[in-house]
Amino acid sequence: MKRSIIDLWVGIFVAIGLASVTFLALKVANLTPQSNNNSYTLIAEFDNIGGLKVKAPVKSSGVVVGRVSNIELDTQRYVARATLTLDGQYHFSRDTSAEILTAGLLGEQYVGLVQGGEEENLKPGDRLQLTSSALVLEQLIGKFMTSFAEGNNKAAAADAAAAETAP
Amino acid sequence: MMLDNLLAPLRHLGHSTINAVWKLGVMSRFLLAIIAHSGQSLLRFQLTIREVYFAGVLSLIIIVVSGLFVGMVLGLQGYNTLSRFGSADALGALVALSLLRELGPVLAALLFASRSGSAMTAEIGLMKATEQLEAMSVMAVDPIARVVAPRFWAGVISMPILAALFNVMGIFGGYLVGVVMIGLDEGTFWSQMQNNVDLHFDVINGLIKSLFFGIAVTLIAVFEGFDATPTAAGVSSATTRTVVTSALVILALDFVLTAFMF
Repeated sequence: MKRSIIDLWVGIFVAIGLASVTFLALKVANLTPQSNNNSYTLIAEFDNIGGLKVKAPVKSSGVVVGRVSNIELDTQRYVARATLTLDGQYHFSRDTSAEILTAGLLGEQYVGLVQGGEEENLKPGDRLQLTSSALVLEQLIGKFMTSFAEGNNKAAAADAAAAETAP
Repeated sequence: MMLDNLLAPLRHLGHSTINAVWKLGVMSRFLLAIIAHSGQSLLRFQLTIREVYFAGVLSLIIIVVSGLFVGMVLGLQGYNTLSRFGSADALGALVALSLLRELGPVLAALLFASRSGSAMTAEIGLMKATEQLEAMSVMAVDPIARVVAPRFWAGVISMPILAALFNVMGIFGGYLVGVVMIGLDEGTFWSQMQNNVDLHFDVINGLIKSLFFGIAVTLIAVFEGFDATPTAAGVSSATTRTVVTSALVILALDFVLTAFMF
């Protein structure tokens, strides 16, 4: 085997390797939001974040505008404080509300932002005033069960009253 | 006599334990010797390039074909399971994550061990059996520097490249089955993948894994060749040992690395 042919093949081999790594970095992995230094953070406090995780998307009208970069518990007031890192090109008014939503029935949870009506925009580091917590399925079922039981009691009482007056 | 028969299994156990520890120690010293003698293979880089050709370039076909088929199988099986839960959209993420984190590095390393590792062992073992290594020593050429170190570095260089190529071919195979054959939405396939794959956490960690596998497999291959009994039977059993030990070490190392990384 001639040396120049070996050199050529090894060159092709290494080039394929570099191309593969580039493909994996650019096309398969997401290089954009975290490395983008043109971003700002907002704070949102929730009573209950449910299954929200760090790196979950922040969406407005379904468009991804940022990611949850940190979640911690405020030990003074015992609420969950989520730090949202938003893309610098999107600005929201001061009365924007944040809610924790679920993609699909059992999908991942994300933060939804709904634009308010005020003129002035939120500045980096500001706190979102209006937040609503995640829907926790157990609590939802609990509420449903209580209201169902109450409804049953009322119906039973009405039946009893009807039975008393009938004869 | 009775006592001797009873103690024989214990003695056997002790003997094999001591042998294993002894071999581990010799192997570590061998690795240090390779690193100490690798000046020549790095300065005269042509030696290493030649070995990269034999270890890496000639493994391209098997890596490409197996990567493609592994990705296609992942696509089919993943689609069957995910569609049961109504989340076939996540197929791209499933294929990419399983390849990048586990299957790519591990399968590429197993293939590399059986394709190139065994060839290295056989070559070095045969050089030893035909006394070429002794002849080199007589001519004041250090066989570790001239024969072993270039092969070692070639393996370490080739392994991450092959693993990355395996990943790319696997993802392409998953794409072929998921998008072209089954007809999932192309945009969803790629965006689900991009949303769930992290460059540092998944891609780089997978490549670090394959670097470790490359070191382990090539070290085992050159050591078994260098350590082989210089007979036909010795070379044959050394080649078998390379493949078996490499496979076990890759899987054990994979567990340890995964526990540390993810």
